[in-house]
Amino acid sequence: MIDLQRISRVFRVGDQQVHALREVSLQVQPGEYLSLMGPSGSGKSTLLNIIGLLDRPSSGLYRLDGADVTSLSDEEQARVRREKIGFVFQFFHLVARLTAGQNIELPMALAGVAPAQRHTRALELLSAYGLADRADHRPDQLSGGQRQRVAIARATAMRPAVLLADEPTGNLDRNSGKEVVQLLETLHERGVTLIVVTHDPELGGRAHRQLHMVDGAIAEERKGT
Amino acid sequence: MRPADVVRFAWVSLRGYPARTALMGLAMAIGVAAVVILTALGDGARRYVVKQFSSLGTNLLIVFPGRSETAGATPGMFIGQTPRDLTLDDALALTRSRAVRRVAPLSVGSAQVSFGGRSREAPVVGSTADWLAIRNMQIAQGSFLPPGDPRAASPVCVIGATVRDELFGSASAVGQFVRIGNRRFRVGGILVSQGQHLGFNTDEMVIVPVAAAQAMFNTNTLLRILIEARSREELEAAKRDVTAILQARHEGELDVTVVTQDAVLATFDRVLGALTLAVAGIAAISLAVAGILIMNVMLIAVSQRTREIGLLKAVGATPAQIRLLFFAEAVLLSCLGAMAGLAAGFAGNSLIVRVYPVLPAAAPAWAVAAALVTAVATGVLFSIMPARRAARLDPVAALSRR
Repeated sequence: MIDLQRISRVFRVGDQQVHALREVSLQVQPGEYLSLMGPSGSGKSTLLNIIGLLDRPSSGLYRLDGADVTSLSDEEQARVRREKIGFVFQFFHLVARLTAGQNIELPMALAGVAPAQRHTRALELLSAYGLADRADHRPDQLSGGQRQRVAIARATAMRPAVLLADEPTGNLDRNSGKEVVQLLETLHERGVTLIVVTHDPELGGRAHRQLHMVDGAIAEERKGT
Repeated sequence: MRPADVVRFAWVSLRGYPARTALMGLAMAIGVAAVVILTALGDGARRYVVKQFSSLGTNLLIVFPGRSETAGATPGMFIGQTPRDLTLDDALALTRSRAVRRVAPLSVGSAQVSFGGRSREAPVVGSTADWLAIRNMQIAQGSFLPPGDPRAASPVCVIGATVRDELFGSASAVGQFVRIGNRRFRVGGILVSQGQHLGFNTDEMVIVPVAAAQAMFNTNTLLRILIEARSREELEAAKRDVTAILQARHEGELDVTVVTQDAVLATFDRVLGALTLAVAGIAAISLAVAGILIMNVMLIAVSQRTREIGLLKAVGATPAQIRLLFFAEAVLLSCLGAMAGLAAGFAGNSLIVRVYPVLPAAAPAWAVAAALVTAVATGVLFSIMPARRAARLDPVAALSRR
């Protein structure tokens, strides 16, 4: 479903050109569990952002579900992102003044889903993720693990086919990290394509397909258990 | 995104920064309140003057002796010209015009008015029975000057409310005899209290037949002639007739000034209307300042909420939606400020009315509408740039900030 062909991404820093990605080609089938590992600056986050349509490649072709998405306008990309892709971030990125429930409703509100329907879906997600009693709490009243679970609930609210997680456990203690990983893997078992970017070999090693990136290219691919 | 959701999101954002929202709302409110109060004052002054004039009666012409003109003055000659006086016969001749309904000659002086042991100095106005209708005055008690030949100096007078109070106290005045100057007059009637009118207080006045006043002041001239035309349409015809008649009577020389009350009124109306517009404009500047403040704060909000904007993009907000959200926030803020300003403006207005009841201070509808439109328009205008900046933000850079 994800088909990247010779994707390059060049940043300009001062008068220097930095090649974050060099002609990366990658195919991901529906329902895969993929990890992207590598040192900082290896281009793994850039690759994730391009897959998530937050960033545009400098050259190359990206097809999502068979359709070329590189040539879409910003508006169209936003719509694809809303419907097909869920993001989970290291720093959660919850909106501080909204409650947990309202944060989860946000993508649905942007998509124009009716309030009653949104509300039901948010409550459904909260109770599925063990946060049933936290619907009206603000992010600052939640623990790190709870915040990340709210963020995952928000990412899955629109039932996206792809879930992209950038260091999902990077800001959590071991226990909460484990809970979050379990949650992500449960979602994968239900059919979501999961792509995780991480430094942590333990987390990366759990994926069925592990890509190691060095200097903007995929250096090594390993099969997991 | 549903409109209700846009408004709710903007509202929650505004509530998230209460001090900022309150200050911005205040700036907008002050602007709107200033427009409302200043135009209320300006328009109140205008309406006050218009009312004063129209209470003098309608379709009025006023004849003054003399004419303002520049005369060629040669040494040894008269400087300018001595005008012929207006006489009672002049006034009576004017009734010949078909466009003229009523004529009231006026002869004014000052005399001692006494009754019993009390006396006071009072302005004495000599006129005819028609003056009552021309000036829109009313009789509280008794009757006005008797109709009939204006040349007859019948010893009847009409007194103002203050004069009656001071000379008679609570005793009945009608039918009593008062002494005015060195003549005796029977009090025929008492005027309804009207208060001040353009510096002319009917309450303190004593009115006698014009011939009696002329005899009392030993003159045969008139100060003014008031003329009421048959209708508004005939006002110009009446003015032409009056001018023609007086010119003929004054041996072909036009030495009187005839003005319509409307002309005077229109001048005041224009001047005060322009003044109202000017103060409204000055107040509108404060609205523009408030708009720039809103822009400033919205720009700060964009940089403060960079992460949030990045997140909104990540969860599928289109650039148009981001623009809409920031736009809605600024517009909501200026609307709330404008509402508060309207409330404050109307409160200030009613305070003015309470303190100065004579001034009919009320902001005209156009000013209220203009203040609201300007407030919201500045909100809209000055939020375009911050909203565009927010929409153009690079989500990757925005999200990488902690």
